[in-house]
Amino acid sequence: MADIALTKKDFTSDQEVRWCPGCGDYSILSTMQSFLPEMGVPRENIVFISGIGCSSRFPYYLETFGVHSVHGRAPAVASGLAIARPDLSIFVITGDGDALSIGGNHLIHAMRRNVELKILLFNNRIYGLTKGQYSPTSEKGKITKSTPIGSLDTPFNPISLALGAEASFVARSVDSDRKHLTEVLRAATAHKGSALVEIYQNCPIFNDGAFDSVKDPSTKEGSLLQMVHGQPIKSAKYGVVKNDLHFEVKPLDQINEVDIIIHDAHHPDPSYAYALSRLSGSELEHVPVGYSAMLLDRVTHHWSTPNLMK
Amino acid sequence: MTKPVVALKSVVIRFAGDSGDGMQLTGDRFTMDTASLGNDLSTLPNFPAEIRAPQGTLPGVSSFQLHFADHHVLTAGDAPDVLVAMNPAALKANIKELPKGAMLIVDKDEFTTRNLQKVGYETNPLEDGSLDGYSIHAIPLTSLTVGALAEVEISKKDAERSKNMFALGLLTWMYHRPTESTIKFLEAKFGKKPDILKANLLAYNAGWNYGETTEDFANTYEIAPAKMPAGKYKNISGNQALAHGLIAGAQQSGLQLFLGSYPITPASDILHELSKHKKFNVITFQAEDEIAAVGAALGASYGGALGVTTTSGPGIALKSEMIGLAVMLELPLIIIDVQRGGPSTGLPTKTEQADLLQVMFGRNGECPAVVIAASQPSDCFAMSLEAIRIATTYRVPVFYLSDGYIANGSEPWKIPNVSELPDLKVEFARTQENFLPYDRDPKTLARPWAIPGTKGLEHRIGGIEKADKTGAISYEPKNHDFMVRTRQAKIDNVEVPDLHVDDPTGDANVLFLGWGSTFGPIASAVEVLRSNGEKVAQAHLKYINPFPKNLGDVLNKYPKVITPEMNLGQLALLLRAKYLKDIISYNQVRGLPFSTAELVEAAMGVING
Repeated sequence: MADIALTKKDFTSDQEVRWCPGCGDYSILSTMQSFLPEMGVPRENIVFISGIGCSSRFPYYLETFGVHSVHGRAPAVASGLAIARPDLSIFVITGDGDALSIGGNHLIHAMRRNVELKILLFNNRIYGLTKGQYSPTSEKGKITKSTPIGSLDTPFNPISLALGAEASFVARSVDSDRKHLTEVLRAATAHKGSALVEIYQNCPIFNDGAFDSVKDPSTKEGSLLQMVHGQPIKSAKYGVVKNDLHFEVKPLDQINEVDIIIHDAHHPDPSYAYALSRLSGSELEHVPVGYSAMLLDRVTHHWSTPNLMK
Repeated sequence: MTKPVVALKSVVIRFAGDSGDGMQLTGDRFTMDTASLGNDLSTLPNFPAEIRAPQGTLPGVSSFQLHFADHHVLTAGDAPDVLVAMNPAALKANIKELPKGAMLIVDKDEFTTRNLQKVGYETNPLEDGSLDGYSIHAIPLTSLTVGALAEVEISKKDAERSKNMFALGLLTWMYHRPTESTIKFLEAKFGKKPDILKANLLAYNAGWNYGETTEDFANTYEIAPAKMPAGKYKNISGNQALAHGLIAGAQQSGLQLFLGSYPITPASDILHELSKHKKFNVITFQAEDEIAAVGAALGASYGGALGVTTTSGPGIALKSEMIGLAVMLELPLIIIDVQRGGPSTGLPTKTEQADLLQVMFGRNGECPAVVIAASQPSDCFAMSLEAIRIATTYRVPVFYLSDGYIANGSEPWKIPNVSELPDLKVEFARTQENFLPYDRDPKTLARPWAIPGTKGLEHRIGGIEKADKTGAISYEPKNHDFMVRTRQAKIDNVEVPDLHVDDPTGDANVLFLGWGSTFGPIASAVEVLRSNGEKVAQAHLKYINPFPKNLGDVLNKYPKVITPEMNLGQLALLLRAKYLKDIISYNQVRGLPFSTAELVEAAMGVING
C-alpha cells in the first residue's frame, strides 16, 4: 500500500494530452486516473503497456511506468514483464485494430495463458491514427476510405473472441459511463489472471456516433442490458430469457419477470458468458454491459511460483 | 585370440543411414565414448529437414561425422577414413567423398534389388566391382542383429531397429572405446521398456563380439589421448555451450535469465537446454511466435531481467520491428541467430553465414546494434558471457551469431572455474529527484536501467523519437539528428578486444581473415600451408559491430587478405566499405563447412597469383 493516499492528480503526468477534441479516450483516461488511487498500489508498481494507435498514447498521460511498444505486440511485451515481475500491476492498452488485427495472435495467447494482465481494448470500430479505414470490428457494409463500396468482412465480437481464446475474465463498458467503467475496472483488477475489458469508445472524427444507440438517452435505456451479479439481466425495456440452448432478448411486456436470467458473474461454464456475448449484434440494438469473472480451475502464468521453480 | 593393434594419430568416421536408422544417436554415443578417452575431437552432424523422409531414398540419408585424434583437432575432417553405410542410399550419398583405400562397412542385408533400384543402382555395387580399391566389409548387419535378439520378445521390426547398436558395438570394439557410458545411457533411455533395453544391449554386445570373433577384421586401432591443457573437459555442442554461457553469465550479473523463444531449427536445442535449469533462476517462455518471443524478452529486460531470444534467420526477419524498439528503448537484449541456409525456409538443417547483413542492417531507420559471432562450439560459452557484458554495460541489443555447424557440432570444452568468470554485476537506477530516463553515462553513453518498482523513477518510453535526457516525445528536427547520431555513437563506442593475428614469422604476405564457424577449416588450412613452407597469417573476427579498433592496421599490414565465407561475401562487403581494402572473397554456399583442401587450394592460388 502507498504510504500516503494518492489522488487523481498524482497519476496525471506532465505530458500534454494530444487526442482530438471530443475523443472518447479523454473520459477513459480521466476515469482511469480517478480509479488508480483506489487500487492502493504504489505508482512505481503500476505499468501501462500499449501498442500503436490513438488509444496506445494512453501510457504517456499517466504518472506510472509506461511503454508505448510495437503495433499489436503489447500483450507480448507485457507477458514477458508480467512473468519476470509478478509483483507489478500491468495494464495493456490497445484498440480494435491493434488488438484484433495486427496483434490478434498475441491477444489470444495472452488469454489462454491467463497471464496477469488487464487488457483494455478501446473499440471505436475504425482506424483512427491512419485516418479512417475499416477495422476488424467495423460493421459489414461500412463505407470507409478503404472500402468505398462497403466492407465485406464480418466483424469480430471481441468478447466472443476472448472467450474462444479461453479468457477467464471478460467485460464490456462504455467510455462515457464513468461509474460503470470504474466498476468494471475494479472487478478486472480484482480478478486473478488475464482480463479483457472492451470499452466502446467514440471517434468523433472518423466514426462519430458509432455508439449512439447505447449513449443516446432515447435509445440507451433499451439497448444497454445490465449484467450485475445476482440481478436480472435487463434494460428498462428488455430482458434476457432462455431460448433452447441460447439466450434471447425480449420486450419486458412479453415475458415474465421470473424468467429473466439472473446474472451469475462467476458462472464456471464459459458457455454462459459466450451466450450473453452473442446478444450484441453488429447494429448494437442490445448490448450486455458488465463482466463475467469465471471461476475456472486455472493457474495464472507465473513461472516463478514455487511449484514451477523445482 | 587377440588381434594386432595398430596405432593411429587420427581417424575420421562417418556413420550414414536412413533418417530413421538412429545415425545421430550412434555418432553421438561414439563421440561421448571417444571424449571420455581424452582424444581431441570435432563432429559434423548432417541430416535432412524431414523427420522421416521416404525410407531408403537419397533425401532421407542422415549422417554423422567424427574426427578424433591424439593431437589438436580443428575440423570434423574433409573426408572419412571409415564410412559405415546402413543402406544403398547412404552408400550412394557418401561414396563420392570416400577416398580410395578407406574402410567401408555396409549392411549387406539392405542391398536388395528394390533398395538398389530406389536410388538408381542398376547393379549391386557390392558385386559389380565399382567399389574396388576400398577396404570393404559387407556384413549382414540386420540379420545378425535379429539373430542376436532371438531370445527377446519383440517384433522383428523392433529387433531390426537395434542394428545401429550392432554397428556401434563393432566400431567400439575396433577403436577400443569404453562401453560403460553407452550401457548407462541405454539403461537410462530405455529403463521403462525392458525388452527394448535388452534388445539394444544385446545388439551392442553382438556387434562388439562380432568384431572380436570374425576373421573379417584383421586389426584393431588405438588413438592415444591428445595433449590438452590440464583441466576437466566435457564434450559439448555449440548450442549447449551457448546455453551454459548464458546461465553462467546471468549468474555473474545477478540477473534473472529470461528466454523468450519460438522453436526453430537449428536453435531449438538452446531452448531445450535452458528449460532444464529453472533452479538457476532461468525462465523459459515458449511464445506463440517469433515476434512475441522477442517482445516478451524485451518486456522482461524492461523489468530488470536479462532478456534473451533465440532463433534462426527467418525468425530474425520477423523480430526486426521489435528489435528496432529495443534500439529506441536502449535496454539490454540478446538476440541469438543460429544461422542456417537461406533465403526463406532455405536449408533448415544445413549451415550458412548469410544472415550477417540482415542483422547489421535489416531494420527500418538508422538502427544500429552490436554484432558478435562465435567461432567454435566451445567458444559459444565465452561469447555468451561477452554478449551479456556488452548488452548490460551499454544497454543495447546484441546480435550473437552462431550457425548450424557449430550449433550441432561438438568438441571437448574445458570447464572453467567459477572464480575465473568475469564479474558482470549490474546496477539499476536508484530513487532520485528529477529523474531523467535518457540522461547518459558519459563513458558508455548508456542510459539508466530504471526498472518498475523503483519509487520516483516512473517514466514513459516508447518507439517514438524521444527528447534528449527527458525521453519525452519529440519531433524536433535537431533533436532527432542528435539522437540518431547518439545511438550510433553508443554502438561505435562499445569496447571490444583487439583482433589477434597469428603470424609466427611476422612477415607473411597473405592474411586469412574469417568470422564465425569458418575458424576450424581456416586454421586447419593454415596448418597445412605452413607445414608446406608457406607463410600465411590468420586472424578471426568475433566482433563485427563494432569492429576491433586495430582492424584497419591489420588490413593495411597484409597486401593480400583472403576472407572465406559461407555466403557471397558479406563480411568482405563490410570490410571494403569501411576500410577501402580490396578483400579477396572466397565463397561457397553448399550448406556444409569449408574443407581444408579447398581453402589450401584457394590460398595457393592467391600466393602464386
